[in-house]
Amino acid sequence: MRELARLKLDQDLVDTARTAAAKIVSDLKQHIDAHTTVSVERSALRLLGVDGVNRDGIPLPNVLVEQIQRRGKLGLGAAYWLGNAILASNLPVQPLAEAAGQGRLDITGLADQGEARVQKLVEELAVKALGEIASRRQERELLLRQLGEGPQPYLYVIVATGNIYEDVIQARAAVTQGADIIAVIRSTGQSLLDYVPYGPTTEGFGGTFATQENFRIMRQALDEAGSNAGRYIRLTNYCSGLCMPEIAVMGALERLDMMLNDSMYGIIFRDINMQRTFVDQYFSRLINAYAGIIINTGEDNYLTTADAVEEAHAVLASQFINEQFAFLSGMQPDQVGLGHAFEINPELEDGFLLELAQAQLVRQIFPGSPVKYMPPTKFMTGNIFRGQVQDALFNAASILTGQSIHLLGMLTEGIHTPLVMDRALSIENARYVFRTMRHLGEEISFRPGGRIETRAGQVLARAVTLLEEIAAAGLMQAIGRGVFAGIARTPSGGKGLDGVIAKEPGYYNPFPARMLAGRGSYGRG
Amino acid sequence: MGEVDLSQVRPYGDSLDDGLVQLSFTLPVPFGGKAKEAARQLSLGMGLLEPNVVHAADLGEGFSFFVVYARTPCSVDFDTLKADRAAETVMGKTEIELHYLAKFRRKPVILGACIGTDAHTVGIDAIMNMKGYNGHKGLEAYHGLAAVNLGAQVSSEEVVVRARELNADAILVSQVVTQKNIHLANLTRLAELLEAENMREKTVLVVGGPRISHRLAKELGYDAGFGPGTYAEDVATFVVQELERRNFIQWGEEKWKQ
Repeated sequence: MRELARLKLDQDLVDTARTAAAKIVSDLKQHIDAHTTVSVERSALRLLGVDGVNRDGIPLPNVLVEQIQRRGKLGLGAAYWLGNAILASNLPVQPLAEAAGQGRLDITGLADQGEARVQKLVEELAVKALGEIASRRQERELLLRQLGEGPQPYLYVIVATGNIYEDVIQARAAVTQGADIIAVIRSTGQSLLDYVPYGPTTEGFGGTFATQENFRIMRQALDEAGSNAGRYIRLTNYCSGLCMPEIAVMGALERLDMMLNDSMYGIIFRDINMQRTFVDQYFSRLINAYAGIIINTGEDNYLTTADAVEEAHAVLASQFINEQFAFLSGMQPDQVGLGHAFEINPELEDGFLLELAQAQLVRQIFPGSPVKYMPPTKFMTGNIFRGQVQDALFNAASILTGQSIHLLGMLTEGIHTPLVMDRALSIENARYVFRTMRHLGEEISFRPGGRIETRAGQVLARAVTLLEEIAAAGLMQAIGRGVFAGIARTPSGGKGLDGVIAKEPGYYNPFPARMLAGRGSYGRG
Repeated sequence: MGEVDLSQVRPYGDSLDDGLVQLSFTLPVPFGGKAKEAARQLSLGMGLLEPNVVHAADLGEGFSFFVVYARTPCSVDFDTLKADRAAETVMGKTEIELHYLAKFRRKPVILGACIGTDAHTVGIDAIMNMKGYNGHKGLEAYHGLAAVNLGAQVSSEEVVVRARELNADAILVSQVVTQKNIHLANLTRLAELLEAENMREKTVLVVGGPRISHRLAKELGYDAGFGPGTYAEDVATFVVQELERRNFIQWGEEKWKQ
């Protein structure tokens, strides 16, 4: 393929930005290394084979971790206590978890089996779990080779009926219409649950609960639809909120392909405690990295509250930070789908030029990233006819600048969750624009020193200034001052701080070292 | 064009009283000639005249999509109906500040929140936040008004607690997610709580959202409702007029603290 048109950017500024972002992230590594969370520990238990719910419907990973936490012993790691209990009780993992779930057994109250024996046993279970995830990854690679995939930008649509079986029908129709990626929107409010619901679900608000069974149902449906359509269909869900790492485990085991997974989104938009989130996001990304999952970051959200022209540099700064957090967890550049959005007020003269500047800037600065481009939402009115035009312009900006993951705009955005025909009209719109403009980006160039190039340079320069300020202050303090989306959060505020635990000497979790082993590091810190 | 008869107004396409309407819908039937005929007959069943199925498409999975033009025999009596809106005429920000806020002896306190599990702040932010939306400043920018935005996913209980703490004179809640009518349950709950706490009388209670109408809001026991296309001044106009009408000054600054 020929090169797309390029902007002339100051490479020194790009390097400075990356160095500052790497410093911001490495300053937090100490906090991350020194702490664990209830959700990280539940994830370790899930990986080691704990599943299911007790009589009251409480997930067994929660029951066990609460039991250990009540005894004040979580600082040693749930994996240690599970291993010790298996050896002491002579029970396999699941019956043991069930016994604890019925209150018949206290997993911290059994005879000490010795660290060496415990670790030997847990390492075996860990190897088995990682082997399972690796085979899901190989399955994906095989299917991609066999079936192939649609061309980029991938057409990404959402389903959000609240009922997983209805979602399947809508998703299959979307695949017939041409979709490459299906995202199942979560029920509103799930991000604030400190447990993962269990089993298939048919009731949700604004979306469908993320459960492992729902993942399995949709995965199977998309494999069938993809096989009929002759291309691999990617499945996306939300690895965010208080159960970030647990959802990563579920996604890794059920071969999800993408996860919404931002290092700061929960802090800013869901008021989840930042000490909690920074630890959770690290472990969740280790899992996503290992599972070959592409993450989608959430910078588009900044622009739903802040102005897209004024705050463009904050989006870019956050992308640099998200990139470094991802590298810290062993992610490869092609797994880091950095997010941005087409959210400039349509009333602004030359607004489209500014959109092009931003899209091209992001594309060029993160050449290895499967950049995720989000459609207009903030300025979508009930005027569906104008909405279709806004979406067409968004589609044009995407194909011109070579975006990778293209979330389709809906003409009914802001009215209701997508109806079956909204999705069809949207896919038709995007396919038309992509087809008719397929190689336009290779035929044009940006005027040196022109409006678009100048704007991109300004945004980059302001991002560098912001990143250097954040690096000097520290990320937690900077968020406390409201640098992103104009929303301020404090290190001790928000939900979930009581689930952050200091690791004690002897803390044991077999997964991080194994997940990071043999992975190249792209970080600069 | 001839004289419009306001007692019998019909849709206008390109000539008076042609009654032209456009509609689109999906039927869960396989695409084909039979599906098109189904769309035509469904339109007739709606009472429409001369339905013309101008577009039909296969959506896959046994779904077919249609665009239909038709004429409606219905008309509406424009003379006697009343608008479903909170305030007859909307004032601008400066007018509200000069004619109302500057004359009040104390700053009215207005509280904003997305209640229930609703995490969509775009609506409440557009009305409350300093910057506003589309060039229309938000309530935080109004002189003489104390606007507090509690943000997303606030429980009805918390709204009541904060309203008490802050001596709120008006509460503005937003509901964007309306699937399975969750918004109706949330809104009813808040109104009932305020009622139970004896706070309803001294609170102007307002709701906004894409599926909210003034009529619906009144049915739910709210003072006003605002739908799509609402700006801060629409809400502010209603709130200041309602506060004045209810002589909120006599509520006192410490109205809940007795």
